[in-house]
Amino acid sequence: MMLYVKNISRIITVALFALLSLLPSNASATIVEGTVNSSKELNNFITHHVKDAHSWHIWGENKTQVNADGTVNVLSSTAIHIGLPVILIDNGLITANSDDFNELRWIEQDGDTTYYAQGKINETEYIMFHEKIYHLGSGLKLDEKGHPTNSRPLDFSLTQNVMSMLLSVVILMLLFLPAAKKYKKKGIVSAPTGRQNFLEIFVVFVRDEIAKPNIGEKKYARYMPYLLTIFFFIWLNNLLGLVPFFPGASNVSGNIAFTAVLAVITYLVTQFSGNKDYWKHILLPPVPKALYPIMIPVEIIGTLTKPFALTIRLFANITAGHIVVLAFMGIIFSAKNIGWAGLSVPMGLFISVLELLVAFLQAFIFTMLSALFIGTAVEEHSHH
Amino acid sequence: MDLIIPSEGLLFWTTIVFVILLVLLRKFAWKPILGAVQTREGNIQKALDSAKDAEERMNALTAQNEDLLKQAREERNVILREAKAAGESMVAEAKESAQKDADRILVSANEQIANERMKAVVELKNQVGKLSLEIAEKILKSELDDKAKQESLVNHLVEDVNLN
Amino acid sequence: MVIPAAIGAGLAVIGAGIGIGKIGGSAMEGIARQPEAAGKIQTAMIIAAALIEGVALFGVVVSMG
Repeated sequence: MMLYVKNISRIITVALFALLSLLPSNASATIVEGTVNSSKELNNFITHHVKDAHSWHIWGENKTQVNADGTVNVLSSTAIHIGLPVILIDNGLITANSDDFNELRWIEQDGDTTYYAQGKINETEYIMFHEKIYHLGSGLKLDEKGHPTNSRPLDFSLTQNVMSMLLSVVILMLLFLPAAKKYKKKGIVSAPTGRQNFLEIFVVFVRDEIAKPNIGEKKYARYMPYLLTIFFFIWLNNLLGLVPFFPGASNVSGNIAFTAVLAVITYLVTQFSGNKDYWKHILLPPVPKALYPIMIPVEIIGTLTKPFALTIRLFANITAGHIVVLAFMGIIFSAKNIGWAGLSVPMGLFISVLELLVAFLQAFIFTMLSALFIGTAVEEHSHH
Repeated sequence: MDLIIPSEGLLFWTTIVFVILLVLLRKFAWKPILGAVQTREGNIQKALDSAKDAEERMNALTAQNEDLLKQAREERNVILREAKAAGESMVAEAKESAQKDADRILVSANEQIANERMKAVVELKNQVGKLSLEIAEKILKSELDDKAKQESLVNHLVEDVNLN
Repeated sequence: MVIPAAIGAGLAVIGAGIGIGKIGGSAMEGIARQPEAAGKIQTAMIIAAALIEGVALFGVVVSMG
């Protein structure tokens, strides 16, 4: 993905503004962390923003000075961030705060300065490099690709994405529970009003446009709670990701872990709903018996590609949207000229509006394909 | 590459959060909302159905009314026609009976006239006979002197008297 | 290392672009011919486009690796 990021920003920044963006980076002077001085730093900046983080950065940056021994002094800071819980499983459960990684250090990587944080939790030294936690051991060692060779503890931290996801859960509850209560209290005789009406449109949309046509009139009702939940969960997280400031801006639905979990749940729901016809088609495909050793694995792999495609589709669409918006904004900083705002702001706005559509469309497609897969598993058809 | 390798922490928390969300929303949001929407749609369908039913009944009623009206009109026509026919037949009957009466009266009148005439003729005959007898007596009395004369007279009279 | 990846990703995107373009065009024709079936055609179009997009994204992701 970093290469992908590099591609996009190379195309945009290097091809269009090569002269302006190719500024030398100096590793031994005062550096304002979080600012962009080169296209490479822009890449890192964008990659950082579409990735998960152990603390929630709200705004501002640190003015730092790097020392020859690898340590970094923070000269001044306007940065505001929220330290989030760090939960590690490393010979037992270890809890800490992301602020415990308080020793800023730097390392040379591809001719650039890369920062990482070091911290001591329960007498064990850990380092956080590109938002991943490693054992310090005898220091940070990188392989030729730039990845640390240090061992890692299992990291179950409540990261920015987890927090953002919890926020979306709270918002969903605040949206739907009062509406549902209203139905219960006022009964069904009253015409729906306000929020109730707005939400009902989408609930009915999921039922009539997604569930009924794909699963069928008879069996759709069982899957409605699941389809409604993934639809609204994905849509809300997509929208929260488009909010450019706290508490939005997290790339939850563009994180492959998030999309993979939802896709795997869809896969499990599909397999557990599969009827006799569905399994017969996989385990006894209508081909000569001699081909079974080839066909059965192919059919089984065929079922696995579906959740994989769901995972990649949502992840790539949402992440690409974030990257394009950030790349347009990055033009201004990469070129160091406010005049570029004349181009990047309208283009960024255009992409943002497009992303509003994509936010809905991807939620719709994920739900729709889930319904379609479930539909093929519960469909009753006569074999020929 | 970092971006396409899912982190174990987010996998774990997403699973937990999603399952909790699904359970909560299913119980407290989707069930009441879907139930209410379905019930309302059922009610709307019912209302539409009953409206349609009412319309159908209205239509049936109107049709029935029209039928009744038509029937009544037909009945009236029949009655009128019958009345007319009855009147006509009555007039015809009356005419006929009047004719019959008239005929009968005429016939009896004629008969009476004929009878009266017969009576008159008989009377006349009787009178004439009597008169003739008287005349004959007188003549006989006067003529009996002359026998020849008597006989010629009687013959002559008899010839004359032979009226009828 | 970057250039071949970029070419691979670009080719995947070109393929997907042609595929989705064809689907969109055919859907338009279908809708023009049968406007009353627009809803069904759109749904089928979105599903087909999503499946093609999935393949293209595979290509992009693999070329990144």
